[in-house]
Amino acid sequence: MKAVITVTGRDSVGISAGVSTLCAFAGANVVDITQSGSSGYFAMIMIVGIDSLKGSFSDFADRLEAYGKDHGLIVSTVHEDIFNTMHHV
Amino acid sequence: MINTADIFETIAMIREENLDIRTVTMGISLLDCVSDDEKRLCDKVYDKITRYAEKLVSTGEAISKDYGIPIVNKRVSVTPVSLIGGCLDGDGFVRLAKTLDRAANAVGVNFIGGYSALVHKGMTGAERNLILSIPQALTETDLVCSSVNVATTKAGINMDAVRMMGGVIKRAAYLTRDNNSLACAKLVVFANVPEDNPFMAGAFCGVGEPDCAINVGVSGPGAVASAIKRAGDCNLSELAEVIKKTAFKITRVGQLVATEAARRLGVPFGIVDLSLAPTPAIGDSVARILENMGVGTCGGYGTTAALAMLNDAVKKGGVMASGHVGGLSGAFIPVSEDEGMISAATSGVLTLEKLEAMTAVCSVGLDMIVIPGDTDENVICGMIADEISIGVANTKTTAVRVIPAYGKKVGDTVSFGGLLGSAPVMPVCEASPVRFISRGGRIPAPIHSLKN
Repeated sequence: MKAVITVTGRDSVGISAGVSTLCAFAGANVVDITQSGSSGYFAMIMIVGIDSLKGSFSDFADRLEAYGKDHGLIVSTVHEDIFNTMHHV
Repeated sequence: MINTADIFETIAMIREENLDIRTVTMGISLLDCVSDDEKRLCDKVYDKITRYAEKLVSTGEAISKDYGIPIVNKRVSVTPVSLIGGCLDGDGFVRLAKTLDRAANAVGVNFIGGYSALVHKGMTGAERNLILSIPQALTETDLVCSSVNVATTKAGINMDAVRMMGGVIKRAAYLTRDNNSLACAKLVVFANVPEDNPFMAGAFCGVGEPDCAINVGVSGPGAVASAIKRAGDCNLSELAEVIKKTAFKITRVGQLVATEAARRLGVPFGIVDLSLAPTPAIGDSVARILENMGVGTCGGYGTTAALAMLNDAVKKGGVMASGHVGGLSGAFIPVSEDEGMISAATSGVLTLEKLEAMTAVCSVGLDMIVIPGDTDENVICGMIADEISIGVANTKTTAVRVIPAYGKKVGDTVSFGGLLGSAPVMPVCEASPVRFISRGGRIPAPIHSLKN
């Protein structure tokens, strides 16, 4: 199973590294990253495998959200099924 | 592989366009709770609801978190209690309503529906007792919702029931006079009521339903309005495609949540209700969709045509997205719960007569409309009869949820708070249909051939 992490907000040093580190500690395997930054704004989509998560998905999502709050970012972590269901017949 | 644009589109629909799951409603049959002893009946009802719905709210919250989609309401609908309360008098039914209220509080849902009676052809003594107890029951409980089906296309219209409901609505308004006649917001009079509707105040678990099922109501007027805005000046054929595609996406989320909730709770998935359910929040309005389609102000000429097209496109897009569709399925036009409708009604462009015409082509009917507190009970009966006849003649569900707000006059505004919103008191034609209403009896079922 995979989850999609989206991160948006003001650009600063170490956002991808910070989120990736948090994923690594949680046991989430980073599968794909797309990111862009322009005019000081940062947007990243990270797809992570969550089959080997240490702890619950809910705790993982909470930790990422808290990280976002601490760094002035909006971080949302949701199960990939919502995107697959909405956009693929 | 998931497309980046798809991800951002989904997130924008949820964060900026108010896409949400309006309700996950657990239908629970109470038919096996029947007893000739009132206390035993109430105990069995309380035990069954609290046992079955124990994890409904926590499961809804967990699904909401996993998929990042808000689930606004978690609710319970039960078998129309008139069917299980054959031993009860009016006071007994009120005590049963309080039992439902306690059970709803215990499991943490925000409404419980099923204080209902199906009397489209005639009524039993228990159904009469229940209907007469509705004003007191809704006054002395917080979470209980009530509905009465007074007509079907096959049976015709039970005008004796219609005549009763005018008085019941007035009495409910009077008993909750210190609270803007709020009880009337929890009471719906139906024609052709669906048995699997997840939306309040008309939800109940029909007799053809399983012991327990999960029914989901989707929403998303904001997402449809934004898609229409983005489509620009395209023609109406192209616009219908835009609406269908958006409705498909909205409904797919409903289907995902419904199947996941059913799986986690270990109960069957019932239906997804393909609805555009507005809220009083800015950007979550069905009226604004119609205005984005090009109707200057909701209620002006063109509104009915635009609504008919919207309703049809929502169904066409939604049906493809869901395994089982049911409930009310269509665009809702509750005045107090829709920011654009409130604005149009306040400006005087949207009138009761236009709303009645609109209900011929969309879901439900005269919904959450505040009328003067001194409106004659026979006028309310006439209003119900007119609206119900639209449903009966057109083989569709229609309903009336009007609030004759005690002590309020045209020009006043009544606020109910929360999702129930606020609304201006709308003027009502005061010519009394008393002779027509007092005849009683039944309006025969309409013929199904020679259509014109």
